[in-house]
Amino acid sequence: MLKNSFSKIESWLDERYNLNPVRNLLYHKKVPTHKHSFWYYMGGITLFLFCVQVLTGIMLLIYYKPGEDSAYESVRFIVTEVRFGWLIRNVHSWSANLMIFFAFVHMFSAFFTKAFKKPRELTWVTGFILLLLAMAFGFSGYLLPWNELAFFATKVGTDIVGVLPFIGEDLREILRGSEDVTGATLTRFFGIHVAVLPLIFNVFLIIHLLFVQRQGMHEPEHFQKLSEEKKKFIPFFPNFALRDALLWLIVFNILIFLALFFPWDLGLKADPFTPAPQGIKPEWYFMFMFQTLKYIPSHILFIEGEVLGIFIFFIAGLIWMLVPFIKFKERAKAKIQPLTLIGILIVAFIVLMTILTYLGL
Amino acid sequence: MPINRRKFIDALLSLGGLGGLVAIVYPAFSFLKPPKSAEGTVNSVKAGIASEFPANSSKIIKFGRKPVILIKIENNEFRAFSATCTHLDCIVQYRTDTKQITCACHNGIYDLKGRNVSGPPPRPLDEYSVKVVQDEIIITTETG
Amino acid sequence: MSKFNFDTSTFNLTLVIIYLMINSQTLLAQQTSHTMENDQCYTCHKEIEILPKGFLEYDIHMQEGLSCAGCHGGDSKVEDEEIAMSKQKGFIGVPSKEQIPQFCGKCHSNIEFMRTYQPRISTDQVKQYYQSVHGELLVKGDNKVADCTSCHTAHGIISSKDPRSTVYSLNVPQTCRKCHSNSIYMRGYDIPTDQYEIYSLSVHGKALLELKDIGAPTCNDCHGNHGATPPGIASVTHLCGSCHLNNLELFRQTRMAKKFEELGLHGCEQCHGYHSVQKAMDDFVGTKQTSFCITCHEEGDKGYETAKNISYYIKDLVNLYDSANTKMLNVKIKGMNDIDIGFLLQEGRQKLIESRTLVHTFDANRVNEKTKEGGKIIKEGIALADKEVDEFYSRRNGFAIATVVFLFLAVALFLKIKDIELKKKL
Repeated sequence: MLKNSFSKIESWLDERYNLNPVRNLLYHKKVPTHKHSFWYYMGGITLFLFCVQVLTGIMLLIYYKPGEDSAYESVRFIVTEVRFGWLIRNVHSWSANLMIFFAFVHMFSAFFTKAFKKPRELTWVTGFILLLLAMAFGFSGYLLPWNELAFFATKVGTDIVGVLPFIGEDLREILRGSEDVTGATLTRFFGIHVAVLPLIFNVFLIIHLLFVQRQGMHEPEHFQKLSEEKKKFIPFFPNFALRDALLWLIVFNILIFLALFFPWDLGLKADPFTPAPQGIKPEWYFMFMFQTLKYIPSHILFIEGEVLGIFIFFIAGLIWMLVPFIKFKERAKAKIQPLTLIGILIVAFIVLMTILTYLGL
Repeated sequence: MPINRRKFIDALLSLGGLGGLVAIVYPAFSFLKPPKSAEGTVNSVKAGIASEFPANSSKIIKFGRKPVILIKIENNEFRAFSATCTHLDCIVQYRTDTKQITCACHNGIYDLKGRNVSGPPPRPLDEYSVKVVQDEIIITTETG
Repeated sequence: MSKFNFDTSTFNLTLVIIYLMINSQTLLAQQTSHTMENDQCYTCHKEIEILPKGFLEYDIHMQEGLSCAGCHGGDSKVEDEEIAMSKQKGFIGVPSKEQIPQFCGKCHSNIEFMRTYQPRISTDQVKQYYQSVHGELLVKGDNKVADCTSCHTAHGIISSKDPRSTVYSLNVPQTCRKCHSNSIYMRGYDIPTDQYEIYSLSVHGKALLELKDIGAPTCNDCHGNHGATPPGIASVTHLCGSCHLNNLELFRQTRMAKKFEELGLHGCEQCHGYHSVQKAMDDFVGTKQTSFCITCHEEGDKGYETAKNISYYIKDLVNLYDSANTKMLNVKIKGMNDIDIGFLLQEGRQKLIESRTLVHTFDANRVNEKTKEGGKIIKEGIALADKEVDEFYSRRNGFAIATVVFLFLAVALFLKIKDIELKKKL
């Protein structure tokens, strides 16, 4: 019965829209299996967490009221009065962190398996832009509860922009909506967080996914070298999709676990006139940059240290984004390819700097 | 056997799926149902039925996080003031015999317009405006 | 001491005055030109630039249309200097210091006359003045004491409700201080000159001078103004009691009050001081070095025990209140409901304040009764805070069953995948 009506609907749709591309996708797409195929799932998890973000975000939007006098109060209302409000908020916060974490993992796995190389250059570029947008999501969302920590973290974060030469001051003011972090900043960040970023993010996400579908899964070098008979694949549907679903379920369970057992504090309401409390820290994914800026001496030759640091991060980010277009000579004999080495060094740097921050050095 | 096994797994799957769905839909649905208490910041509070409020009496109303004293004076007019004494943070009360607002801590006295008339209070009590709409008392922060 | 009665009106007046100050330039220009344009004293004196020192066009007398002649006599309508300032026209000229009170009193002691300007104005200032130390000494020929103009100025008199006035409550300490803090000037009077310094560090002084709280007592609120005298031993207590009603009432009923009287000790002042009166601390009572009780009482006597007990009860409640407050802050940070805890703690704090007032009964049992009441309420608050924090961690337990459901689903899915893949292989 059920199957019958499904096939009826299918043929009805097919008649009008030609479902062949969808069928091709579902039944003919294959995913290679090899020792590194685990990394294929990372993008899917990130996507799943993004969906969680959208749904919980919309739910929070029902009760959240931006504004200096209402933001903190409305979040307090959500976590104290609204049923399961605390859960939704905790899931939203945790999911944001996990999403960025998995985006990082996804990116580095693509880097180390050299998935970014021709013909997937643009997939890499859009992916990197998506990561930057996700971080912007995190930065703007962090302020919205308008608590003390968020307020001062935003102050420090936007201050860094201000040191840029020529446009710094203006850029900071545009970002803040006034000279200092105020209710105007909150309004802006709210708009950015719920309207501007989702729009841009979705555009890049669709492009990113279209590229992936169009080109199929990347086959790593060692897999390509295998003879056709030795190449093993599993069908995307249902095998890979079900595995995806299983992993999502596990991640979702971890997410719920974190949200339940490591709930986020609401904090105290931001008061612009109190001195900054101890331990103002940005979110962990900004830590390595934050920490590096701390280590750079205040003046190097005639350039301000902070400006130099930001400039270096900007250039490094740009090179990282355009890495598929840069030709690296491969050394046939070398055990570790120079590109891989660079990647390892970058990961080591980020991990080291992040750890150093949490050790309080 | 494999048929049974598959049926069993399918049953497990649908049971789990159903449970999972409930575990998601239930909190989501409860979340959407608006809670009864007032939202976020409080600008007005309902304080009961006007005709049931005896004249020459008072009541302390929780106005969000602040206590407010609501008084029905003898000509049946309602007045509301911040119930926090301006001297130290004690709660003031209405004295039915002297028809004054007093603070028990240091014997501060205010008149029925909230003005400090005796004792240590340095300032008058902040006034709230009271409206009676269809016999319901509504206290609001005074604006203009 | 009627000061507090005027508070709202003073406040409103201040607003009006601020408004007037903003507009004063145009307003005053109009008024002076209107009232003074035909005044020959003013016209002439202005022309030859011999207007008196400190002359202000917004002097209240001038604002009301009184000419120079109003006080100094003479005829302000006559252009000729000789005639205008002649004895025949009633010209008095500059009064001598001894004459000043009478000079002002000409009008200010005349109720019929003053009523035309301000129906409720008092007219006993001169009478009071002669009963003050200033007045008494002036009569004895002391020319250094304050006369009317020393405080009010001579030609720039403004209403005492005007913040610019030398006798506006915020400015009074500065005005008195001009003489009373000048040790050279005050030499020979045998009174201290550090009152201002001491007062400015007191709780009243800080409220007035730092917080600009015009509700706080300034010099004249205790000493009187026109009848300024040092308050006598008996009246000090009355003075404090005029604001601190409860404390005085409680103190009066104690045996200690009687004992104080017998020993010639001042009531409030004995512990709290007068100019130096500090914010009352819990350490004022008890058996520590900071306590005032041990000045008279020593270990072993009954009073010593009482002091020890009172201090213990209050400190106990303070500690309880502090720990409750910390708990409430934690509840707040956790994002749990702290409103009801807040109300309970406020009530508890009220009991604490009341028990502090009850210290003046010097009755440990009465203090204990009150602190017990407070303790009960605060403990309720603590229980509620604990409940909220508990809930912060325990509300997850209810939902933890969901993780089991998801785990179950995951296992089922895993089996399904295995099943499908097995089927393929077969």
